[in-house]
Amino acid sequence: KVQLFLIFKNSGFLWFRISEDTQQQIIRETFHLVSKRDENVCNFLEGGLLIGGSDNKLIYRHYATLYFVFCVDSSESELGILDLIQVFVETLDKCFENVCELDLIFHVDKVHNILAEMVMGGMVLETNMNEIVTQIDAQNKLEKSETFIFQSPRQDR
Amino acid sequence: MLAGSRPGVGKAATSRRLAPLCSPSPGKSKEAEIKRINKELANIRSKFKGDKALDGYSKKKYVCKLLFIFLLGHDIDFGHMEAVNLLSSNRYTEKQIGYLFISVLVNSNSELIRLINNAIKNDLASRNPTFMGLALHCIANVGSREMAEAFAGEVPKILVAGDTMDSVKQSAALCLLRLYRTSPDLVPMGDWTSRVVHLLNDQHLGVVTAATSLITTLAQKNPEEFKTSVSLAVSRLSRIVTSASTDLQDYTYYFVPAPWLSVKLLRLLQCYPPPEDPAVRGRLTECLETILNKAQEPPKSKKVQHSNAKNAVLFEAISLIIHHDSEPNLLVRACNQLGQFLQHRETNLRYLALESMCTLASSEFSHEAVKTHIDTVINALKTERDVSVRQRAVDLLYAMCDRSNAQQIVAEMLSYLETADYSIREEIVLKVAILAEKYAVDYAWYVDTILNLIRIAGDYVSEEVWYRVIQIVINRDDVQGYAAKTVFEALQAPACHENLVKVGGYILGEFGNLIAGDPRSSPLVQFNLLHSKFHLCSVPTRALLLSTYIKFVNLFPEVKPTIQDVLRGDSQLRNADVELQQRAVEYLRLSTVASTDILATVLEEMPPFPERESSILAKLKKKKGPSTVTDLEDTKRERSVDVNGGPEPAPASASAAVGPSPAVPACCDGLGNNLLLFCSLMSRGVSQPQRAFPKHPRISAGGSEFVCKNNGVLFENQLLQIGLKSEFRQNLGRMFIFYGNKTSTQFLNFTPTPVPRCGLDSLTRTHLNLQTKPVDPTVDGGAQVQQVVNIECVSDFTEAPVLNIQFRYGGTFQNVSVQLPITLNKFFQPTEMSSQDFFQRWKQLSNPQQEVQNIFKAKHPMDTEITKAKIIGFGSALLEEVDPNPANFVGAGIIHTKTSQTGCLLRLEPNLQAQMYRLTLRTSKETVSQRLCELLSQQF
Repeated sequence: KVQLFLIFKNSGFLWFRISEDTQQQIIRETFHLVSKRDENVCNFLEGGLLIGGSDNKLIYRHYATLYFVFCVDSSESELGILDLIQVFVETLDKCFENVCELDLIFHVDKVHNILAEMVMGGMVLETNMNEIVTQIDAQNKLEKSETFIFQSPRQDR
Repeated sequence: MLAGSRPGVGKAATSRRLAPLCSPSPGKSKEAEIKRINKELANIRSKFKGDKALDGYSKKKYVCKLLFIFLLGHDIDFGHMEAVNLLSSNRYTEKQIGYLFISVLVNSNSELIRLINNAIKNDLASRNPTFMGLALHCIANVGSREMAEAFAGEVPKILVAGDTMDSVKQSAALCLLRLYRTSPDLVPMGDWTSRVVHLLNDQHLGVVTAATSLITTLAQKNPEEFKTSVSLAVSRLSRIVTSASTDLQDYTYYFVPAPWLSVKLLRLLQCYPPPEDPAVRGRLTECLETILNKAQEPPKSKKVQHSNAKNAVLFEAISLIIHHDSEPNLLVRACNQLGQFLQHRETNLRYLALESMCTLASSEFSHEAVKTHIDTVINALKTERDVSVRQRAVDLLYAMCDRSNAQQIVAEMLSYLETADYSIREEIVLKVAILAEKYAVDYAWYVDTILNLIRIAGDYVSEEVWYRVIQIVINRDDVQGYAAKTVFEALQAPACHENLVKVGGYILGEFGNLIAGDPRSSPLVQFNLLHSKFHLCSVPTRALLLSTYIKFVNLFPEVKPTIQDVLRGDSQLRNADVELQQRAVEYLRLSTVASTDILATVLEEMPPFPERESSILAKLKKKKGPSTVTDLEDTKRERSVDVNGGPEPAPASASAAVGPSPAVPACCDGLGNNLLLFCSLMSRGVSQPQRAFPKHPRISAGGSEFVCKNNGVLFENQLLQIGLKSEFRQNLGRMFIFYGNKTSTQFLNFTPTPVPRCGLDSLTRTHLNLQTKPVDPTVDGGAQVQQVVNIECVSDFTEAPVLNIQFRYGGTFQNVSVQLPITLNKFFQPTEMSSQDFFQRWKQLSNPQQEVQNIFKAKHPMDTEITKAKIIGFGSALLEEVDPNPANFVGAGIIHTKTSQTGCLLRLEPNLQAQMYRLTLRTSKETVSQRLCELLSQQF
């Protein structure tokens, strides 16, 4: 089960999170644990009580300036989750056409949707990238059609 | 850069207004960010409160902004209602933002939940797969009990309905899994279970993956119901494993066919023993062999994703092989495979290999094979750059240790300890201590190892470890001389750890005579050596050393004058510490008045400790969880340790558990927590060196003083003073507890918790209800804080509640436990009655169970007025001129509890000549008579 998912920048700024437990403490700990690690060490990390119990592990990947961190319990395969992060990033890349940091922050809702297609209530839902992209495309189409019916956004200030 | 410039991605409106909120480097000016956000929040609030009804679009926009602000890490406490309104919109975009907001910012307002549930119900019934998906996601993300109550019946129907779309099925499966995890009792098992199992055959691999997750969890709790899933899972797995990498098309990930599904299926199979049906079993073995074979094939891609996915499946297959633990051939192959990984250049693989090998080491088929990798593992311990990996290496060394390699492994762990990360030192210390004890052929080696441990990592050597070495030395005649000699030598070091002083002090006190023949370690030399450390030690250690000195008085009469001089010194006799002072006074007195015979009896050598299992194991288990202690034998033993004494404190004797009792001897870890330690020793059921003076006379400061009064000082040590004020009426009471910080430093995390501690039947009944509010966690130096405890007596009870206090003082955690003087007699209501009434009732209560009598010697001067005051203080009425003998005392009253009222009569007959009392209690309830008699007898 996925307990926590975070994306943060090298500087420690939190970009994104889903978790049942919104304790800032755990998020801070996670950042400290992960960010001080060297490159080329392993991608798994036990934080014990700091991250909510000895059954939990942090599994993370570092892409350019961003860390993608999952906190999962022992019912998940470590390498499986590592691949899941890769699928997530590849999917972002497809949906945003060459994803960059700003895409993530300007489209929080979109990122959330993509993640929701992969992980649901903490459980891995779909791992097939094409399937995910198809779903997201369908959603985009729906949105577009609604925007079309609805009128264009106005300035409100 | 505005998102609006990319029409293909989505609508820009929500994002454009957010753009100013997130400057590219938001960390730069936190203040500006907060200011900006507060402004925005005020704006949104005014829009929501405004007279003009917002259209769906604006509502969506503002809800989305709130969500974004929340995700930036700020608290959001409004907007829920607007989000709920969006749920009933027909527009996908609005509905979706509504659901997203609800899922992320869960609110427990019941009215809101009712509205949300209604919206979800409508969407589930809508037959629109997109809406159904949104609703299911929301249920799964929130997963609250209320949601389970509302939808646990509905979701299984959607899952197994023939016309449900694949994507909805997938969501329904995981949604159900989530509900089952949070509220298993609300998910009804039924017809749907067998149909769920058949989802393993579904065409759509996404559905199969989700269903496998669901079935795995369900099968863990209901293995019988889902037994049929085994053969289905095996055949599915077999089809995947043998498929060409192109067969599964989209579900092939970097040339590996459906890796996630394979992993899930292998996990599911780990819920069951090896399949009984030979055909299924054969097929599974084939699959596992194929997976192992594939690992040896050259990679189809150089990408790390390819090897990751392939190895994810491989590791899971190995886990299954280890779980089945039945095919020696597969086990050995698995072990060899892991052996290859141990030297792989990928750190992740080395980590996982060490982890898997740990479980493999406990299988009898592969234990020997694992042992062949010992050099690699030791090398990993020395060279790995990553502490996570080194930690795994320590675990594996521990798991592969047996009699044949114990000396090597212990030596390696000891040398690693010198440079180990602080975070894992304590655990290594425990492991070394356990291995040294378990595989000690030669106890001299054991003693050396433990002393080395203390030398290298004294701060991390917990009490359990040094208690244990003393227990073992005391129980083994053959090692006592060696131990005495070794500690004597170790103590020569100019700076030695306090734990060494403790062990040394204890062992020399018991066995110093064994080396006293050598002039280099004559009694006086031993004493001077120990005493040279005395002033550097903490109070508990000094207390222990004082005990050692009195033992020396017995062992070596020639040093008696020297020791008496030390005891007589101002720094002992007038020590500010009560415990030290009392020891000095008592020991000095003992050494002067007692004859050699008495001294020899009192200070006799410690009898052997009963052979119990090591408490260190229990400690390790507590620290790491049972899974890490992999040795089968250990696991069995640990269970028995649990049975002997769990964490529940067993009722300690009243005198031992109350107040700053000097009856608790030395050697505890910090100031003022003697008490807790003592209680925990009792509860652990492990005899400790504390038993040093079983026959030594000690003044027992009981909490019994509070039986007849309600106010006073309950507890005091160097740090803390606890005062009490209490009042009782009928079955209710209120107690004011005052905590005074005697130091000039703050106490942090100050948490006092009163807990009822009842007898054996406390599991089924509560006798006392205690209610209190937490106090301010910081107590300034010199300050006092107050805590009010409301007490309700439900039924009569024997055990007084305990007050546990934890706080941080300086750098260390302090623990104090004291008995709260809430005794049954506090709920006494006095009753006046005439002589005639009294004797009439007295006769009515003549049933032998109703009477309890105690004849005892007076402990205090037999003063009539004091006795009267005590009886009144006890709570009963004092009836004058009732007893024909005016020297006797007679009392009456009613004990009020919530469940009953018990009338009580008491009679106290003093015998001045014999300095004895006879106390008789008659009540309608045996337990009440018993308890009151006990309580009152202590008073005279």
